[in-house]
Amino acid sequence: MATQQEPAPAIRVRGMEKSFKDLHVLRGVDFDVAQGSIYALLGSNGAGKTTIIRILSTLLRQDAGTASVNGFDVGTHPLAVRQSISLTGQFAAVDEILTGRENLVLVARLRHLAGPGGIADDALAQFNLADAGTRKVATYSGGMRRRLDIAMSLVGNPPVIFLDEPTTGLDPEARKDVWQVVRTLAGQGTTVVLTTQYLDEAEQLADRIGILHQGRIIADATLAGLKQLLPPARTEYVEKQPSLEDIFLAIIGNNAPGR
Amino acid sequence: MATHFFSDTKVLLGRSLRHIARSPDTIITVTITPIALMLLFVYVFGGAISTGTGNYVNYLLPGILLIAIASGIAYTAFRLFTDLQGGIFDRFHSMPIARSSVLWAHVITSLVANGLSLVIIVLVALLMGFRTPAGPLAWMGVAGILALFTLALTWVAVIAGLSAKSVDGAGGFSYPLIFLPFISSAFVPTDTMPGPVRAFAENQPVTAIVNTIQDLFAERPVGSGIWVALAWCVSALVVAYVLAMAAYRKRFP
Repeated sequence: MATQQEPAPAIRVRGMEKSFKDLHVLRGVDFDVAQGSIYALLGSNGAGKTTIIRILSTLLRQDAGTASVNGFDVGTHPLAVRQSISLTGQFAAVDEILTGRENLVLVARLRHLAGPGGIADDALAQFNLADAGTRKVATYSGGMRRRLDIAMSLVGNPPVIFLDEPTTGLDPEARKDVWQVVRTLAGQGTTVVLTTQYLDEAEQLADRIGILHQGRIIADATLAGLKQLLPPARTEYVEKQPSLEDIFLAIIGNNAPGR
Repeated sequence: MATHFFSDTKVLLGRSLRHIARSPDTIITVTITPIALMLLFVYVFGGAISTGTGNYVNYLLPGILLIAIASGIAYTAFRLFTDLQGGIFDRFHSMPIARSSVLWAHVITSLVANGLSLVIIVLVALLMGFRTPAGPLAWMGVAGILALFTLALTWVAVIAGLSAKSVDGAGGFSYPLIFLPFISSAFVPTDTMPGPVRAFAENQPVTAIVNTIQDLFAERPVGSGIWVALAWCVSALVVAYVLAMAAYRKRFP
């Protein structure tokens, strides 16, 4: 953990490479995520966002490079990494046959926490699921399922949370709910790494945005910083401020090898 | 890693047992085919089958129990596959738990679920006239062999659940296993079968296991047959376990 003077980054990735057979998905990924910040990994389908998240949450091993989470190397201290993180995957990883409350109790027990029942009740209240707590998850709507999924990830208050496309498939209202949760988390000092293909999501939430393209992070900056990357000539034709979508497409389109 | 193995397995076992308690149809459906076969063979074919024993239900029951186990383990593969597909397996794996407890919870659940199915089938067999002089020791022997057989086939189911690409693939592997008792001494004595079939039937695991259970139920001395039966079960268990671990490591390097 951070014993140095300067707060160490919550996540540090250097030269991460990963191939699946002939497919070279990650070709040397570097980035840092500051403690208590929201970092958005932005990229098209198949860019390797999920691969990075799976490596950081110890579900997959990288072929080369290093990665540390909360000060622990994912390769040499996987258990300490798992103590520090929580993963919310692309598909709501909830147990359909159990009730919402039972799902939360299950996770609290597996995290070896005292008073799992009380933890579950608190989480249900916090995520507006108290009324549905005794119902089977199979009867939940997509938004409720996602809320429960995220609530399960927050049990035990891990310092680092991974959200892999947390709002894919949600209606606009449910999306806003998730955004609110993410903001609250970061406000409490939790480090959040989220992947998304929705540019407005990154624009709304992220303190820092990494654009993953062809196996590398080709841009890594704050939203304001990314906006400066846009060629000034282009802005003359645009009336309003450029949206992140413009920046994203411009960077990807203009980017030859390297930065 | 192993520090929480027992408590984690207990928690995850509780989860799987809730699944079974809430969908008892997974127990019932497993018993339907074996019970139907038992009815068919006793009341339709039974009159024409000569087994040299007075009570055909007594002769038939051990093979029927093995068929029930072979079809019951398909649910284990299915439950494991569903966990993998739904992402909850990944959730468990990214948590600070003893990872092996995830598989063991499924394996123990398989033992419990199949045990329940077998109890139902034995009760139906009793209604149909199954009688045994077996004492507690013989019953324990029967239960032990059936548990060992279930355990071995469950690890086969784990291989299927871990490596299947579709739900159908996860369940389909059990069909040959269900068929195996038909080419054994389970339904008819092997001595009327033509040479090659008889050679296969007499040297395949189901015959050794069926004969042993028949002997135990009849309170006959089991002889060396029980060792052959146990050797089959234990070797199948070891091979299936090793292959299941290999499939696991392939999926989660």
